[in-house]
Amino acid sequence: MALDEIKIGGLGASRRRVEDNRFIRGKGNYIDDIALPGMLHMEILRSPLAHARIRSIDVSAAWAIPGVRMVLTGDMLAARNLAWMPTLSYDTQAVLATDKVRFQGQEVACVVADDPYIAKDGCEAIVVDYEPLPPIVNPIQATAPGAPLIRDDKTGQDSNVVFDWEVGDREGTDRAFAEADVVSTIEMHYPRSHPSPIEACGSIADFNRATSKLTVYMTTQAPHIIRAAVALVAELPEHMIRIVSPDLGGGFGNKVPVYPGYVVSILASILLECPVKWIEDKSGNLISTGFGRDIYLKGEMALRNDGRILGVRMHTDSDHGAFFSDAQPSKFKIGLMHSAFSCYDIGAAYLTAQGVYTNKAPGGVAYRCSFRVTEAMFFQERMVQAAATDLGMDQAEFRRVNLVRDDDFPHRTPWGLLTDSGQYGKCLDLGLEAIGYEDFLRQKEEARQRGRLLGIGISTMTEPLGAGNSREYDILGIKMFDSAELKVHMTGKALLRTGAKTQGQGHETTWAQIVAHELGIPAEDVLVEEGDTDTAPFGMGTYASRSTPVAGAAVSMVSRKIRAKARKIAAYLLEVSEEDIDWELGRFSVRGAPDRGVTIQECAIAAYSNMPDGMEPGLENNAYYDPPNLTWPFACYIATVEVDPETGVWDVLRVVAVDDCGVRINPMIVEGQIMGGLTEAYAMANMQFITFDEDGNCIGSNYMDYLLPTAWETPGFELHEVVTPCPHHPIGAKGIGECATVGGPAAFVNAVIDAIGDTGVRNIDMPLLPDRVYEALTGGHDVSGAPPVTTE
Amino acid sequence: MYPSRFRYEAPSTVAEAVAMLAAADGEAKILAGGQSLIPMMKLRFAAPAMIVDINGIGGLDYHRSDPDGTYRIGALCRHADLEKSAALADAQPTIAAAAPVVADPLVRTRGTLVGSVCHADPQGDWASVMVSLEGAVVAQGPNGRRTIQVTDLIDGPFQTVLAPDEIAVEAVIPAPRGARAGGYLKLERRVGDFATVGVAVSVEMSGGSVARAGIGLTGVGPATINASEAAAALAGTALDADAVDAAAQLAAEAAQPRSDHRGSADYKRHVVATFVRRIGAQIQRSEHEAA
Repeated sequence: MALDEIKIGGLGASRRRVEDNRFIRGKGNYIDDIALPGMLHMEILRSPLAHARIRSIDVSAAWAIPGVRMVLTGDMLAARNLAWMPTLSYDTQAVLATDKVRFQGQEVACVVADDPYIAKDGCEAIVVDYEPLPPIVNPIQATAPGAPLIRDDKTGQDSNVVFDWEVGDREGTDRAFAEADVVSTIEMHYPRSHPSPIEACGSIADFNRATSKLTVYMTTQAPHIIRAAVALVAELPEHMIRIVSPDLGGGFGNKVPVYPGYVVSILASILLECPVKWIEDKSGNLISTGFGRDIYLKGEMALRNDGRILGVRMHTDSDHGAFFSDAQPSKFKIGLMHSAFSCYDIGAAYLTAQGVYTNKAPGGVAYRCSFRVTEAMFFQERMVQAAATDLGMDQAEFRRVNLVRDDDFPHRTPWGLLTDSGQYGKCLDLGLEAIGYEDFLRQKEEARQRGRLLGIGISTMTEPLGAGNSREYDILGIKMFDSAELKVHMTGKALLRTGAKTQGQGHETTWAQIVAHELGIPAEDVLVEEGDTDTAPFGMGTYASRSTPVAGAAVSMVSRKIRAKARKIAAYLLEVSEEDIDWELGRFSVRGAPDRGVTIQECAIAAYSNMPDGMEPGLENNAYYDPPNLTWPFACYIATVEVDPETGVWDVLRVVAVDDCGVRINPMIVEGQIMGGLTEAYAMANMQFITFDEDGNCIGSNYMDYLLPTAWETPGFELHEVVTPCPHHPIGAKGIGECATVGGPAAFVNAVIDAIGDTGVRNIDMPLLPDRVYEALTGGHDVSGAPPVTTE
Repeated sequence: MYPSRFRYEAPSTVAEAVAMLAAADGEAKILAGGQSLIPMMKLRFAAPAMIVDINGIGGLDYHRSDPDGTYRIGALCRHADLEKSAALADAQPTIAAAAPVVADPLVRTRGTLVGSVCHADPQGDWASVMVSLEGAVVAQGPNGRRTIQVTDLIDGPFQTVLAPDEIAVEAVIPAPRGARAGGYLKLERRVGDFATVGVAVSVEMSGGSVARAGIGLTGVGPATINASEAAAALAGTALDADAVDAAAQLAAEAAQPRSDHRGSADYKRHVVATFVRRIGAQIQRSEHEAA
């Protein structure tokens, strides 16, 4: 009798997350839970100023404190050629400052001591003599004539411009604008935000002089890339480096880069020959590690009176902080705004992009997204709303006219990407029906008569998830494939390891479900391990929603290799030829005699005890998967809001989400991803940002200023699904981790702008704080949120 | 988040605590709820040499009404105790309105009203509420007890007139001269956020008119603001819309907000006026319903 796939926890089962058993019991093993014998503790002294020359650093008082074991400064690192480290974008970043500090919170010195209290005392005892320099906190200041040069350390760098790029069809776009009936323009700023995992970063470096082995426990989403980077930068032999990424308290892109704290803890362990632990505090994480966004748009759309988009021009100015440490956006095709307008059938598109240095923390990490996809989709959907308004067209109808149709796949997007599947119109219609679109428009009009302001915002988008394919995507030259290794033990239980690294996504649950789907081994019989480079197969880690598209596919493929071998064993056991074997979930049988069969578990024990002559024993294998394309999920998010005209406070009435991420492995986990993403989207739209004052002081350096929404203000979400399987993924799945974070913010902002539409206001920069909304309402003008923030 | 070294003491009587404070020569801080002190110490914004933890002192966790209507709140009465009290909701409507919006539920289980008032954070909710009620604190020092009006207690941001060897042991709200009514409105970006603007309005209604009124403002000045002229505009009126409107304007003028990332000064003034009007209307509505 065939197995019930849902009962064994296979594809489509909303299986409870197995990792939660330890998390909810407080038995997780996070970086700060790890203690090694003889371990010392490291703290970082950070710059209080945004831009200043360092005249001198006096560390003598720190050395004098009992229990201080080492004080490290930039000069000490420079003597070992480690004061600067390379970034992913072929720039350099200071590990510890030598010449200048270039942002508030920059790492200036480190103290290693017997306990973290003493290390902190040591930091306070260091005297740094700074000569303040004028700080720069936005691109206008950065490119102004006579602006102070931030990167005077780089030869040939004579301005604060990092890059100046253009992509797309300039002439074709010019022609589209020449033919346009209406040109719609909008300007806006997507504020600096932060991935802000609840667990900040940390490491424990343990260099053993006797064995020459370096073990680093480290909060990283990509342990194998770190091993390669340490081997290349520190010139240590790769086989003597072990990176262990333990349980992670969230990542969201923040734990992809290499930070100075990791580097110095490794150096300190090598110098002191004992384990050195560095645990970043929350403020350190918020003010110095990879941020997201901070980018300005000038957008133009060429429109025909019938609603068709003829062309799009975008110019972006991005603020990269003091060091250019993003993933290289010119190298990765989705690194700029290339993915904008992928869901729309538009004529021509042209993009120019300038990036600048400022006196702010470096980063520009993809916060829960692939490169700059979040900004691209936000700008796209804000531009779409403005365009529909300018045409006097209904928001939903304008989208319907321009969305790529189901029979147009594969579709070449305006900047050259290839989308392969989707039912965009169906998703939009489902969303409109769920929110009761026509009814709401009537309610809105009735409310307006009574002085109440209701609004509705729509956001529709497809985004490229699952880097990469090896033709186009690599990191440090390493192709962006991923891997899985499956060992089926003789009792039919199994151990699965992948090159990905879960940080809340639930890999320990869902990978086992893929194995269950492919082999019929119950998910509860499959143990999943990740994160230890000495045991896991080489992989590129977890970010950019790539786990299911790439590592998940590898899990399928390795399971199929196991099944192929098991089939040979089954043929041997059943004394028929392989061609006469049928497969149903968990069992092989003789074609035409279904009662004669063996289970996958019987094959497993035979692999160790009764294999055919000439067959290698065992039932283990691995798979490296290089996806043929990105996956393209689609989403339609619709929010309704009410704005209080007296205070500018806005409340969310309803949120409807329609997501098409192809086949869902664990629907409960998918829904959790969407709800979490919508919560982040709401936060960015409503309350959350990092800004700076004129002096370069970071506002948003702790959870009193950088706000995470609580259950109290987070709205309820109504989720719906459409399933269009990915045509090239082994089980038809697409990425989902970031869709709601990427597509969600525009739905909220569009709703508020819709509510105050009578004022003619086109834009209020996020977050739509009550005072900004009130200013727009009463002043009838757009409201910028770009730094510096005025304080008086 | 590692505080500097400090000495920890846990006295069991107020007298013992006062003696410890006196011996510490101004280098000690009192730990009640700890919801402001401990974060400040972890951030090393505060580095007291000694912590005098008063949580072991019995008999300070009360809130109660004297027979004459005077209300007393002990130094260890938690925000949550006030939030959950049905008796208080009737006797002290302004306190009852503020209690559920102070900080967040976690902080409310530990933090104390008296501690919050003595912390003198211009963004603290309780000082405004106490100002609107003409409240006072009772301080105990080596020479006995004295009562200090909250308007006199706070003499700057995070500054009070308490001597280094004095402990505020209770908050006192005088008996009303009529039926109490009042409210507290707070604009915050998120639960647990400090107030962008907070407004406390307390009135005592006698014979259909306002026998006494008080208005306190949170987060719109270097310290808690006592909008006494605005309150005076309500006294003697029937709390009609015109009177409330006049008070709202005066309250906005009394505010001394600064522009920052929470909003412009003008906006904050506007919200002060709006909140005074809204509380006025709330009181009006409940008076009508009662009648």
